[in-house]
Amino acid sequence: MLSAVLGLGQIGLVAAIALGWASKKFAVDIDARELDINEVLPGVNCGACGYPGCSGYAAAIVEGKAAITLCPPGGGDVVEHIAEIMGLDANVGEPLLAVVLCQGDNRKTTKKYRYLGLHDCNAASKIAGGPKDCPAGCLGLGSCVASCPFEAIEMTADGLAIINRELCTGCGHCIDICPRQVIRMTPARETVHVLCNSHDKGGVVRKYCETGCIGCNICKKTVPEAYKIDKFLARVDYDHAEHAALAIEKCPPQCIRDFKTAYPESSHFRPEQKQPSATLCAGKDLHG
Amino acid sequence: MNQKTFVGGVHPADSKHDSDTKPIEACPLPEQLIIPLSQHIGAPAEALVKAGDLVFKGQTIAKASAFVSVPIHASTSGQVIAVEPRLHPCGKMLPAIVIEADGEDHWDPSLEGIDPAQWTGDELRQRISDAGIVGMGGATFPTHVKLSPPEDKLIDTLMINGVECEPYLTADHRLMLEQSDKIMDGIDILRRVLGVKHTIVGIESNKPDAIACMAKAGANHGIQVQALEVKYPQGAEKQLIDALLGREVPSAGLPMDIGVVVQNVATAAAVSDAIRLGRPLVERVVTISGPAVAEAKNLRVRIGTPLSFLVQQCGGNKYEVSKIIMGGPMMGQSQLSLDAPAVRGTSGLLLFGEKDLAKIEAGPCIRCGRCVGACPLHLLPATIASYATLGMFDEAEAHSALDCMECGCCTYICPATRPLVQTLRHAKGGILAKRRRS
Amino acid sequence: MDNQLYMSSSPHVHSGETTQDIMRAVIYALLPACVLSIYYFGLEALLVLLLCTAGCLTTEAVCCVLSKRAMTLSDGSAAITGILLALNLPASSPWWLALFGSIIAVTIGKQVFGGLGHNPFNPALVARVVLLISFPVQMTSWTSPTPLGHGLDALTAATPLGEMKTSVMLTGQLPASAHSGFSDYLIGNMAGSIGEVSALAVLLGGLYLLKKKVITWEIPASYLGSVILFGGMFWLIDSQRYPDPLFHLLTGGLLLGAFFMATDMVTTPITRSGMLIFGVGCGVITVLIRLFGGYPEGVSFAILLMNGATPLIDRYTRPKVFGRNPYHNINQTPAQEN
Repeated sequence: MLSAVLGLGQIGLVAAIALGWASKKFAVDIDARELDINEVLPGVNCGACGYPGCSGYAAAIVEGKAAITLCPPGGGDVVEHIAEIMGLDANVGEPLLAVVLCQGDNRKTTKKYRYLGLHDCNAASKIAGGPKDCPAGCLGLGSCVASCPFEAIEMTADGLAIINRELCTGCGHCIDICPRQVIRMTPARETVHVLCNSHDKGGVVRKYCETGCIGCNICKKTVPEAYKIDKFLARVDYDHAEHAALAIEKCPPQCIRDFKTAYPESSHFRPEQKQPSATLCAGKDLHG
Repeated sequence: MNQKTFVGGVHPADSKHDSDTKPIEACPLPEQLIIPLSQHIGAPAEALVKAGDLVFKGQTIAKASAFVSVPIHASTSGQVIAVEPRLHPCGKMLPAIVIEADGEDHWDPSLEGIDPAQWTGDELRQRISDAGIVGMGGATFPTHVKLSPPEDKLIDTLMINGVECEPYLTADHRLMLEQSDKIMDGIDILRRVLGVKHTIVGIESNKPDAIACMAKAGANHGIQVQALEVKYPQGAEKQLIDALLGREVPSAGLPMDIGVVVQNVATAAAVSDAIRLGRPLVERVVTISGPAVAEAKNLRVRIGTPLSFLVQQCGGNKYEVSKIIMGGPMMGQSQLSLDAPAVRGTSGLLLFGEKDLAKIEAGPCIRCGRCVGACPLHLLPATIASYATLGMFDEAEAHSALDCMECGCCTYICPATRPLVQTLRHAKGGILAKRRRS
Repeated sequence: MDNQLYMSSSPHVHSGETTQDIMRAVIYALLPACVLSIYYFGLEALLVLLLCTAGCLTTEAVCCVLSKRAMTLSDGSAAITGILLALNLPASSPWWLALFGSIIAVTIGKQVFGGLGHNPFNPALVARVVLLISFPVQMTSWTSPTPLGHGLDALTAATPLGEMKTSVMLTGQLPASAHSGFSDYLIGNMAGSIGEVSALAVLLGGLYLLKKKVITWEIPASYLGSVILFGGMFWLIDSQRYPDPLFHLLTGGLLLGAFFMATDMVTTPITRSGMLIFGVGCGVITVLIRLFGGYPEGVSFAILLMNGATPLIDRYTRPKVFGRNPYHNINQTPAQEN
């Protein structure tokens, strides 16, 4: 009994000394500030800052390589915290949210072909530019949904990406992945947007989309300072958008929407259906 | 005869019987020809004509804009009515020269044939380049580039590709039967340009008549004809060299790295025309086939002929067409419409109806390993695909995703019908995009 | 108007063989063993087969509903798991044992990993081993076969492998049953679990799978070959203590394992050389357990252990990519005229 206790005690002692020595010898110097910053960062490792994970970003800030405003998911609070830790002035930028500038789902737009294959917008857009007649609208295959680290994007049953403004942090992943550049960063306070991305002429747009902007200028005539028309496509001028909502009623194809009131409606979301991500097989040798 | 082959590959039903007994017919002249400026790998040609110009058949209407580029010629005589974006077989609107045919089909009188024996290799190569000749197996790589190996690359073998391993296609098969002498003449010219004696013609053994015909024609020229096992992709350049010579083209390398130049039989025939007759590449043989076409045919088609016109010549379609494929079914491109024109790389036009198609949902990978056994490049397609789906492009690259040549064997064989080739293409795009960024 | 043409990425043709076809072929291949087992063990065997299959299908359906995934019953994998599990149970198994096994197989064995294609271990074997360890009495109450029409009550009996183990442990000598009666083993006239009784029926199914090219020869050949070689080696050393390789081959679940469970695609290597290594590993472990282990039979453990080694095998048997081999450079080695 005694020998057992002594034996174990000796092993314990040796191990303790070895561990103690090793922790001194191989200790990695970590700036205390780095740990603090890592604490205040959201910890989702979304990569929006461009560094490998939150700890990578924290290290970069301490080394002075990175600006303190690169964490969109954290928002203003995190910037203020980091500024405090680093002893810098917090210069919080305007919070941004991603918006899908399109409402042409599968019911409202026409298709130039029926696509079958990999369920990915980038893959589909390599085949004759994507299955939609509209060259700029949402393809509805959900690459952005898969890319969003915050599960803020949902795909409607009719194939249109909708961004949940509560969950979106403005990290910009969806913007990088979208082959159509139909997702844009907009100031979070602005809720009125022109939901169209096609620069085609009005007559062309009408052929393929019920609800695309036809460049009719009515919105600009109604609220001149709030809208710009660029190549047959109206855009909200977010710097002077106070009265932009006045044009909503006037827009003939109803492509101006105010997220505060009209869109997206919660009933818009239907349970996700199994998507036909099928391989098309031509030829006699397939009996299927 | 012993049959050579490579490791891997698949055995799709060859479906060639509808058209392999049909002699090549000349396709009539359509009213309009749409000749895209980009019909080859490399820089698009630059238009030399404008709307209103009158052109002869064979006249250069667009010039090569770089070394890896070729000029483009009018495929008939007539008036240029537009130089504007038109539907290209790739599905996009790309610049094209539209010619309204005058019905005369006058050759450019300044075109003259020469006797290759009296010209040097460099001069012949220039003529081949001027004639706009590209690899006619479908890859459309400019031929003169392949014929210009750098000084330090010794070429010892010229390989002629008469494999035609894609199902349905019979254009090369018919060409070998009907014009073997012209092909042999083209081979002689190519040998002269390269200064190479050793020549092998590889033909799949499902074309015994073509093998016999070519062997007979080649006997006087000292050209060896080798039968190859019927297996897809036997006609892929790397697999052909492996089968015939046992040499492996290094990864990311070219056949010239191991002393080989491969040319298609149709390219050899075009070279003969370009030198002996002075005629540039303005037409090619196209197989029009598929279950939905009324009568499968092999047509000699002017470059720029609308696909709808080709279908008309074959008696139209038997029933409503649901899928159009340009090229073979393994590597061909599905088409947006029959308005696109036939181009230099158009080896076939296949029509399918709704009932010829099967739509199956892709299931989960069951790790059966069939794709691994089928991949002629010995990759792990399913593994690369799962990395790609997860966006792990570094791992995909470590598994040699960039070596994939998109032959289609993995998708063809996958019991879960997963779109593996498309996913691998996605992976390659992702890897290259990542490289560009860093 | 939408254009009605289809477009997709190449290739545009497919071999026509789908996952369902593969699963269907496996079920067909299992039928001879099922039929023969019903002949030998009567309604008891039929009941176990039905219970296991129904149990697996139901569990799979429930899992799909609970995890809000599309229904996967039609892929046939759950049915195969059910049949394989039944074939691995004694005919006298109580109903609850079969049902419990089915639930374990589909949930712990497969669905927790994400369903078909994601499970690292063969689900039926996972369930068998769980049952064997949890309910050793019920799982080793073998009855000797009483062919239909004989009207006798089933007698409890030991399996040939069990008999061998006991005899070797007690006397250091093989029992008489290890030297003769091979023809009975071949047609299945011996005690054992439902599916391992008839070597012939299993072999028939296995050959069918090979013929249909559903499985490749590598795993069965290397598995059986290594059992013959490795088992044979011991037999040559001491034929009084270690049995004939043929005895190894015909008794227990070796053939069933080699043709149906070691060839389960999901849990085995994807490369040809990996499959060979996998088979040899299974063979060696099986013989070791049979001759020296605590259990009379080692097929399930051998396959499960090698299942665990599969990712490692896959990692080290990656085929050499085309064009990465040292190639002929004609400037160094003159090309041969051929």
